[in-house]
Amino acid sequence: MIGLEHYLTVAAALFVIGIFGIFLNRKNIIIILMSVELMLLAVNINFVAFSSYLGDMVGQVFTLFILTVAAAEAAIGLAILVVFFRNRGAIDVEDVNAMKG
Amino acid sequence: MPTIILFGPLLGALIAGFGWRMIGEKNAMYLTTGLLFLSAFLSWILFFGDYDVVQTIALFRWVESGSLSVDWAIRVDRLTVIMLVVVTTVSSLVHLYSIGYMKDDPQWKEGESYLPRFFAYLSFFTFSMLMLVTSDNLLQMFFGWEGVGVASYLLIGFYYRKPSANAAAMKAFIVNRVGDFGFALGIFAIFMMTDSINFSEIFTQGHYLSTVSFTFLYMDVNAAEAITLLLFIGAMGKSAQLFLHTWLPDAMEGPTPVSALIHAATMVTAGVFLVARMSPLFEYAPGTLAFVTVVGASTAFVAATIALVQNDIKRVIAYSTMSQLGYMFAAAGVGVYQAAMFHLFTHAFFKAMLFLGAGSVITAMHHEQDMRNYGALRKKIPYTFWAMMIGTLAITGVGIPLTYIGLAGFLSKDAIIESTFAAGSGVGTYAFWMLVSAAAMTSFYSWRLMFMTFYGKEKGDKHTHDHAHESPMVMIIPLAVLALGSVFAGMMWYGDFFGKNVFEWFGPAVYVNHTTNQVLEAAHEVSNWVKVSPFLAMLVGFLTSYWFYVINPSLPSALAKRNPGLYQFLLNKWYFDELYDFLFVRPAKRLGYFLWKKLDGSIIDGTINGIAMGFIPFLTRAAAKAQSGYLFHYAFAMILGVVGLITWFAIFGGAH
Repeated sequence: MIGLEHYLTVAAALFVIGIFGIFLNRKNIIIILMSVELMLLAVNINFVAFSSYLGDMVGQVFTLFILTVAAAEAAIGLAILVVFFRNRGAIDVEDVNAMKG
Repeated sequence: MPTIILFGPLLGALIAGFGWRMIGEKNAMYLTTGLLFLSAFLSWILFFGDYDVVQTIALFRWVESGSLSVDWAIRVDRLTVIMLVVVTTVSSLVHLYSIGYMKDDPQWKEGESYLPRFFAYLSFFTFSMLMLVTSDNLLQMFFGWEGVGVASYLLIGFYYRKPSANAAAMKAFIVNRVGDFGFALGIFAIFMMTDSINFSEIFTQGHYLSTVSFTFLYMDVNAAEAITLLLFIGAMGKSAQLFLHTWLPDAMEGPTPVSALIHAATMVTAGVFLVARMSPLFEYAPGTLAFVTVVGASTAFVAATIALVQNDIKRVIAYSTMSQLGYMFAAAGVGVYQAAMFHLFTHAFFKAMLFLGAGSVITAMHHEQDMRNYGALRKKIPYTFWAMMIGTLAITGVGIPLTYIGLAGFLSKDAIIESTFAAGSGVGTYAFWMLVSAAAMTSFYSWRLMFMTFYGKEKGDKHTHDHAHESPMVMIIPLAVLALGSVFAGMMWYGDFFGKNVFEWFGPAVYVNHTTNQVLEAAHEVSNWVKVSPFLAMLVGFLTSYWFYVINPSLPSALAKRNPGLYQFLLNKWYFDELYDFLFVRPAKRLGYFLWKKLDGSIIDGTINGIAMGFIPFLTRAAAKAQSGYLFHYAFAMILGVVGLITWFAIFGGAH
């Protein structure tokens, strides 16, 4: 029987993969974007799992909202990335430190 | 009517001060002067009324806080109307005189407008003084008290381009603060003990206050004694009594009409007025009264000795004022407040006249104030000479001994001297001898002034003497009016102030505790040698002066050479200024320097600068280092934060 714990474990695993994807990766910004998506999905899994476990639809409604927002965010992120690439000619994470204090 | 008297000068001051551009300089002068004459006229009408009961005119409620409730009210009784007459008469004459005196003042450049300001200040002063004398409670009195202080400050420092005038103005203000502090403490003590500061209520508490005590400076003190002593310290400051007197001679830096009005006739007598007004409390404080007598008599003596050798014409009269104020306090101290008020009343006339006469001499001599450069002015400025002569006769107390015929000073000064002798106490006897010797010195320095100024040979700048001219009529008329007062004020009101109907005339305004205080009655019974002694002292002073300055003019300088110590001691005013400079001014400066350099400079500024320039940059550098600009570092920081939050939640279970 697959219970709540399994879902949460999967979600936690995905979340941690997302985290490591963000800061172990030194090369590609697109990977960072993908990792962020991954973390959002992990959260969504949590939402849905609890929603089903508690019998409360609100969690699933939230999930739909998050998916929508994540899609918009991905679109904007990619658009920024395209502009950035045109300006700098590279999208290596190591080179992106214009915000250095 | 009292309301018009009171607010007329205020109206004049406001219009002249703020609106003179609209009505013009000349009109501002005439308006203030006119309003003052109106006030003076109404005051004289009031003066001739009867005051068996105290009238109070409440204008409006001023302060209402807890059990403190203070009206803005006018108290009309004999004391008030005496002061009203003195203040408004002298003030209106000084206004008139100033129209002539202040014209074309060399202190100001062509085209500068200073006249409206001067007249506004004068009128404002008059308003404050009237506020003081008509007050019905201590708070209102304090308001007037400070108001005259401000006006005095403004007028002493009127020539604000002269550094010495500014210094004198500040000195007057600061020395007065010392006295005012005592006055304020006295008011607080009265409120603490009687729960009221209205005269009508506290005046009934005199006996009660003498039976209770309170703690002051860790000492148990009798309430009546402590309160009256504190009030008297205020009076000492305002009236330039010994130890708080150093500001008065310096105040002569102001224009001469100001000296006549503020520093001779009115403001400096506020302290005497205060003691007379608070007589229902002073009567129950024999210790304070003895202190008042000693201070007054000593002041009269010390000031007279200093006046003997001063060379500045205004300073001589200033010390003379201080000396006469000492007389008044001595009289009040032995419990004869009426005699004090009598001398206040007559003194206002002749001292204002002496000052205005001195002003006239000063204008004639092109603002030369050193008497050593005068001489032989009798023929050149005859009106001024006669005015000064009458003033001198009045202040030295010329009259026919053992009768009631004499000039103003004769009657009032003799009344005081007789009273001090009649007191019979130790301090009374001390005061008697002090005052008699002061009377001799008064005569000496007054005649010295006359002889040096009007007789002898012309000294000093020849050119100035050639151009010496009589003052315009607008300055002579006030002198003439004051001369009338100096001659007749004593004789006309002797019976009222000191004679048969004194108690009916004063009514309830002055309280005398007849069971313990019968000095006034006894004063009429003193033996003839006492009555004659001031007259003899006057003669001695006159003859010495005549010998020194007319018969043998080389004698004074020879005497000064033979006693250089004494001469320097007197010339330097008993070294009071130097003593205070050493005791208070320099330590205060050192303390200020220490606080400025060490406390403010090193500690406060040092701390702030240290934090701003040492510690904060260190933090900012550390924070700047954290901003690597790499996304994954920021992300890592966020994760750390999340981990921290979750851990905190897990361990402490959230915000319970």
